[in-house]
Amino acid sequence: MMKSFLAVLALTTALGFPAAAMAKPVTLTTTLKDYGGNGAYLAIYVTDKSGAYAGSLWMAGSKTKYYKHLANWYQATGGDTGQINGITGASVGAGRTLEITLDLKDALFDAGYTLHVDGAVEDMRDSANDVKVPLTTAGAGKPVKGRRYVSTLTYGM
Amino acid sequence: MIRLLHRWPGLAALLLVVLLALSGAALSVFPAADRLTAPQAEQGLSVAELASRVAAQHPGVEQIKRSPSGRFTAYWFNGDVAEAATIDPATGKAVASADPNPVQRWLTNFHRSLFLDDGGRIVMALGAVAMLLLSVSGMVLVARRAGGWRRWFSGLKGPLAGRLHVEVARIAVAGLMLSSVTALYMTASTFGLTPEAPAALAAPAQVSGETGAAVGQIDFLQGVPASSLRQLSFPAADDPADVFTLATSDGEGFIDQGNGALLAWQKSSGWQRLSETIYMLHTGQGAAALGLILGLLALGVPLMAATGTLVWLAGRRGRPRIQHNSPLASAETVILVGSEGGSTWGFAATLHKALREAGQQVHAAALAQFDADRLHQARHVIILAATYGNGDEPASARGFLAKLAALDTPPAATLAVLGFGDSSFPSFCGYARTIATLAAAKGWGQLLDMATVDRQSPQDFARWGSDLGTMLGLPLDLVHQPVAPPALALTLVSRRDHGAEVQAPSAILRFSLPKVALWQRLTGRGFGAFVAGDLLGVIPEGSSVPRFYSLASGAADGFIEIVVRRQPGGLCSGQLTALEPGQTVQAFLRPNPAFRPAGGAAPLILIGAGSGIGPLAGFIRANRAARPIHLFFGMRHQASDFLYGEELTQWHGEGRLTRLVTAASRGRRPHYVQDALRAEAAEVLALVKQGARIMVCGGRDMAAGVSEALAQILAPAGLTPALLRAEGRYAEDVY
Repeated sequence: MMKSFLAVLALTTALGFPAAAMAKPVTLTTTLKDYGGNGAYLAIYVTDKSGAYAGSLWMAGSKTKYYKHLANWYQATGGDTGQINGITGASVGAGRTLEITLDLKDALFDAGYTLHVDGAVEDMRDSANDVKVPLTTAGAGKPVKGRRYVSTLTYGM
Repeated sequence: MIRLLHRWPGLAALLLVVLLALSGAALSVFPAADRLTAPQAEQGLSVAELASRVAAQHPGVEQIKRSPSGRFTAYWFNGDVAEAATIDPATGKAVASADPNPVQRWLTNFHRSLFLDDGGRIVMALGAVAMLLLSVSGMVLVARRAGGWRRWFSGLKGPLAGRLHVEVARIAVAGLMLSSVTALYMTASTFGLTPEAPAALAAPAQVSGETGAAVGQIDFLQGVPASSLRQLSFPAADDPADVFTLATSDGEGFIDQGNGALLAWQKSSGWQRLSETIYMLHTGQGAAALGLILGLLALGVPLMAATGTLVWLAGRRGRPRIQHNSPLASAETVILVGSEGGSTWGFAATLHKALREAGQQVHAAALAQFDADRLHQARHVIILAATYGNGDEPASARGFLAKLAALDTPPAATLAVLGFGDSSFPSFCGYARTIATLAAAKGWGQLLDMATVDRQSPQDFARWGSDLGTMLGLPLDLVHQPVAPPALALTLVSRRDHGAEVQAPSAILRFSLPKVALWQRLTGRGFGAFVAGDLLGVIPEGSSVPRFYSLASGAADGFIEIVVRRQPGGLCSGQLTALEPGQTVQAFLRPNPAFRPAGGAAPLILIGAGSGIGPLAGFIRANRAARPIHLFFGMRHQASDFLYGEELTQWHGEGRLTRLVTAASRGRRPHYVQDALRAEAAEVLALVKQGARIMVCGGRDMAAGVSEALAQILAPAGLTPALLRAEGRYAEDVY
């Protein structure tokens, strides 16, 4: 599955960066395992160095009634769909790849920010923090393994 | 109207509802299988004890869930690999994979959305709407057909497809309605159209900040039975702010991981409970037996789809288009049709054609379209009216009686009413009689006395046609064969003659069974499957109107047998009784389900006279199960017209016939079969009290005499032939 999306992030305001701050396009590639279930709901979001929710990057899966299964994201946002307005797509099938391109602020890298993926599949376990990886310039392009549904996640600049 | 609401959704959504039903029936098996294979919690097991067993086996357990079928699944991490398994609550050990069954998953996705996501969900929901519409309209139709809601399970008559359709429907309809209503709720819930679940419980602001409470020692969890568990999530070991999250059938809440205190609890809302109940009712998860029953009932849908289509096709075939229909404004004769299934339209078309060929301007229309103000040129109004169920209006006559009742002055055109019905129903031609009575009360001038056509009899119709022709001064020859199956040539194998000495020349004619195509044998059509009591339509040379004879044999006997009495001047009976072995007649088969012994072990009382012995002899011949049969047989003289005399003795010896009582109207002690009944009154009454079914076959006068005699015999028990008839225990085949 190929998804392209260009986002000038809500993170900007959330983190109080000046509008003129430098941003660069980042491609986020998430490949799922062949876990033998229906399409996975994935919430991709960022926390700051204190662990507090900073903003959402993408929501795969459109039915809000299932969002509570993305436990950490749901706990952090209270299920607020305003957080994912315009950055929501279809759920991702087993073995498929989700690719999204976003404009991320330079200041998000090497500053203690962490990228999270919460996953959930019908009739299977909820997998909060399926992926949890610090955003660093050094880590770019290096695949990270997920715990349940995500096979690998790579962010490339 | 109701019929249209049943027919068109049925045909339009045929494939969809069949697919829904088949996949639903297949899915219904899984909850039961799950229930049987999943290790269940022992009585009295608490969540605390369960959780401590699981934690002992799987340190680092994150979550324990219980499915509605009672299957416990635990989730933990083995290093960095997420693992899950079905666990045995008795030991906490993993016993089976936790992965969803791929077949069940495939079926579920097909059943809910045809693999087409939201678009597919909407299509399937429309299927559920069609199913609901079909159920409701079908219920109204069944009640109408049976003659009222209280007669929901009364006996059925008519062609096999229609009977099967109703038979299955009246059992399956409750389940189908439950399944479709719950399906619609679930679809609405998926699309967020049902009231939202309350906002999730906010994480507690205050925790003890400690860790390490042993899950088995937590008071609150000790009080929660494992059987009410939905899920228990363990706190992250490295995060003192994290808590236990518990969800049960009652509600959900948080528990401190340091001191085991209950930090928050929220009871589940009414809407949540409703949603869960609906989910259970639809899927059978948590109610496996109900699921299996619903699945079984769903299997009725393909059967009803097939029989419903057959009923519709038969109705279409039976409704010829009226050709050259004159406009109402210029018609001299107006034919108004009250028809339920469409067969009366066939008679109307024949009448229309005959009148037109006699030079008349004829307009035919549904009785419901009657408009007294528009009969400008009409000199005659002819109403052909069928009766539905218990004397109800047929479909195409809706509202006619009300219009008639509202008339101040009757139309100037004279009226003839012809009723169509089945004389074995209590209210034979009841609707037509109501029309005739009301029209007479309104002072509507009569063209012809009301007449009736019994079971689509072409003879009744032809007779009425010649009366009508006489009144109109037109030569009318109404030849109508309702459903004319192709006739086959039957070859006479043998004949046995009786009764010539007593002026009742009769013959038992046996024909060889024609070759039957395999599909006919499979579908039970034509000569593929028939039983004694069905009718053989014989088309005599020189006429196209068939005459019907009751069969004295079934397909299992390997021959076709009828009893024919030669009528003075009778065209068909003359030809048949003159037939020599090797010669052939043209004939076809018509099922007669109204005159069958029905199953069961209850005694049978068979009453017949003369050639009426035919089907009764057939029933006895087929009585291999030795059901008690008492035969009352009336003839003229033992020595001359004792039809089947030898066989009856033989069948008695074989146990197929329990008792034979004969009555001879000539000879030493002349009496009739009704006299024989009266002489045996005590035994007849005893048999009826045992549940006996009475079947009468013979001439109209004999049947009337028998009915009168039975009325006297049954009176002491507070019973009447009409009551027995209403219970389906009194059947007549008269001619």
